[in-house]
Amino acid sequence: MNRTKPITGELLALKNTIEKYALDYGLDFYPQIFEVCDYDTINILAAQGGFPTRYPHWKFGMDYDQLSKGYAYGLQKIYEMVINTNPCYAYLLQANNWVDQKIVMAHVYGHNDFFKNNAWFSGTNRKMMDVMANHGTKIRRYMDRYGADAVETFIDKVLSLENLLDINELFETTSLKRRRQELNDQETAESSDDGYLIDDRSAALKSFMRTKARATKKDAPKEEEEESLNADKPHVKTKDVLGYLIQYAPIEEWQADIIGILREEAYYFLPQRMTKIMNEGWASYWHSTIMTQKALDSSEIVDFADKHAGVMYMSKQNINPYKIGIELMRDIEYRWNRGMFGKDYNECPSMKDKLAWDTKLGKGREKIFEVRKSHNDISFIDEFLTPDFCERQQLFTYKYNPRSGRYEIDSKDFQAIKQKLLGQLTNFGQPIIEVEDGNFMNRKELLLNHIHYGVDLDVNFANETLRNLFAIWRRPVNLKTKYEDKEVIFNFDGKEFKPLT
Amino acid sequence: MDHPIKRDHARFRKIVKGRIRDNLRKYVSHGSQIIPKGNDKFTVPMPSIDIPRFKFGDKSQGGMGQGQGEAGDPVDGQQDPNGQPGQGESGEGEGNKELDVELSLDELARILGEELELPNIEPKGKESLKSVVNRYTNIGTTGPDSLRHLRRTYKQALKRQIATEAYDPENPSVVPIRRDFRYRASDTKVEMQNAAVVIYMMDVSGSMGDEQKEIVRTESFWINLWLKSQYKDIAIRYIIHDATAKEVDEHTFFRTRESGGTLISSAFNLCKEIIEKDYNPNEWNIYPFHFSDGDNWSADDTKLCLDLLDDFILPVSNNFCYGQVESRYGSGQFYKDLTAKYGAGNEKITMSKIKNKEGILDSIKEFLGKGK
Repeated sequence: MNRTKPITGELLALKNTIEKYALDYGLDFYPQIFEVCDYDTINILAAQGGFPTRYPHWKFGMDYDQLSKGYAYGLQKIYEMVINTNPCYAYLLQANNWVDQKIVMAHVYGHNDFFKNNAWFSGTNRKMMDVMANHGTKIRRYMDRYGADAVETFIDKVLSLENLLDINELFETTSLKRRRQELNDQETAESSDDGYLIDDRSAALKSFMRTKARATKKDAPKEEEEESLNADKPHVKTKDVLGYLIQYAPIEEWQADIIGILREEAYYFLPQRMTKIMNEGWASYWHSTIMTQKALDSSEIVDFADKHAGVMYMSKQNINPYKIGIELMRDIEYRWNRGMFGKDYNECPSMKDKLAWDTKLGKGREKIFEVRKSHNDISFIDEFLTPDFCERQQLFTYKYNPRSGRYEIDSKDFQAIKQKLLGQLTNFGQPIIEVEDGNFMNRKELLLNHIHYGVDLDVNFANETLRNLFAIWRRPVNLKTKYEDKEVIFNFDGKEFKPLT
Repeated sequence: MDHPIKRDHARFRKIVKGRIRDNLRKYVSHGSQIIPKGNDKFTVPMPSIDIPRFKFGDKSQGGMGQGQGEAGDPVDGQQDPNGQPGQGESGEGEGNKELDVELSLDELARILGEELELPNIEPKGKESLKSVVNRYTNIGTTGPDSLRHLRRTYKQALKRQIATEAYDPENPSVVPIRRDFRYRASDTKVEMQNAAVVIYMMDVSGSMGDEQKEIVRTESFWINLWLKSQYKDIAIRYIIHDATAKEVDEHTFFRTRESGGTLISSAFNLCKEIIEKDYNPNEWNIYPFHFSDGDNWSADDTKLCLDLLDDFILPVSNNFCYGQVESRYGSGQFYKDLTAKYGAGNEKITMSKIKNKEGILDSIKEFLGKGK
């Protein structure tokens, strides 16, 4: 059953035109495939993270439920989906009008260029469409064998830990990993079965094989096992909690495989979470540039302005990544065109001179291409956010005022804004949590450490999460954190959740 | 074959309803249910399941925004805890443009019906209430342009052209002139309707606090909404009682707070009088609702109530509904007495316990889920 179909006729001609413009501007992208589909299909795709096939799980049903309702009741509409693959697939909504299709296509070329060139995406698997489909097949088979409820329950537990990722893993290449693995293998003198891990198989498959190797080892005499268990849970600190569990948790092969699958998918999506502002900013910059300079017919100008403004709305409650992204890109372009940076500019005492500053440098375009290549949202904001920009964009921070019981504007100070924004972006908005000890108190308990940067964890959620972690680790689990300014270790021992004293 | 996501979807709906995967039930949140906000604006219910994760406690966190204002100015609306930049893992989707929806009460009732899977009510009795309606089923030669019937107009023009031999099949152009114009016209019809009356009874004795009344108020809003969508004309009567009962208007119903004892039979008696006087059970669909915290003065009075139900109220009603609102002072005894007498499966009587505000939707479903 084909829910999407390739574009033909006028749309295909439009694609060729837009692609030509994009190339002329120097965008560098993977082959682009556009397909059209109806709103139900685009809701399905969006619910599945852009992919036509995923593993069976109610959470996709939940997202689908919300998207469909949002569409049916006129709350929201998705114009387009694009995914990071090679060739790059993008889906257009059939019901879009002509101007929408133009905007969307131009926007997609921006994303495609970003996927291909931004360094944080360099390690992502561009054949993810197939990988996701394979993951689906595998999990379906596990469901046939071990029961749908058992598998789904286990997936729920793993999803609970899905946000505990280490961004450095993104640059872990297979060859680096292999070398380390081999060294490790020699040191721990594990069974020689690991020798066959030498090709480009997916991380999930490897984790699977690794556990298999470990499982064989379990049959070895008991004494040896006792000995190796100590070596097995080294005091290595890692933020890659899922990876750690695959290695060291006492789980079945299929369970390790499922963790591997979810981990691989989580890392695949990670760069997108780390570059939301830049990615949307870049794509919006290009749809705006291509449309206003080339593709737009004068009769379409009002429709375009309306759509563009809709995407760029400013909200008092949240930062709109599209808006901040495009404005920062334009600001950088402007500053580098006029040489408004560096020692001379920064130390210039006259406001008047600064405003009129123009060295006719003309390196704006070049600079933003460079920026899109090497930055992520954090470094992007850290390096290019300026006081002028904050003022022009009317940025502010707000906080909860317990006295009035409402959220109020707190500050419009540059440093405060920057700190807040960076704080929100740090570790893609998630608390930083690392495995500190796999043999805590010498009792094979697991100790996680929350690296506290001023914001407490939600204790109820922490409680429930530890319960799920316990189900995987099968020994008491502990979380070291700071709560209301006090160091505390929360413990879940299988029965109750309590602070250790 | 349907897309596999429909299975995921069905599974999600079952989990939300608590039919499968009981271990997930505690993570289900019913999202923002539909709440009336001035000028008929509503939010749509979005049940969801929150998978627990390590995450920041939010209130202390605050956020960032963009727009005019000085320090100390309120940030309008509530912070959306999921809306921080960098969250959400889907691919890049452009333009999730949020719109304010304005829903009519009819649409709202439809959404309620869909969400709670409420069956349409099958009215009892014959259609007895006359009502006059205008329907545009006729065609006339005069009328406003906005009602012009294009097809009929062109048909007429074609007829005329053929009759006057002005029509040329080689060059089939049909041009209507003034007297060809046809307009939609209304016909007046008398339709027979089912009539319904809702009689709300509420215990306003000392043990019913503001919170309990708020629950009753919200619940009756939704019940009225649904019944109004099912019956064209609906009468609503309100009775409050402590040890004595009296009929009041809507405003008083929700605002009165009495003290003192509780004799539920007083309300039932008044209800009986109202029905006898104004609503012939053969012509009306009757829906008595009674809300209390379950306290009654004495077992004798409870006995009296049960007799009243048996002898009069149950035989004449479509569905007698008893909603027990949990309160700190109430004993909840009346619910037990009703259950002991009628059991859970009685056709004519529906009982529901309402723990708190979150329980309202469930209880509405219990009341209206029978389709009567």
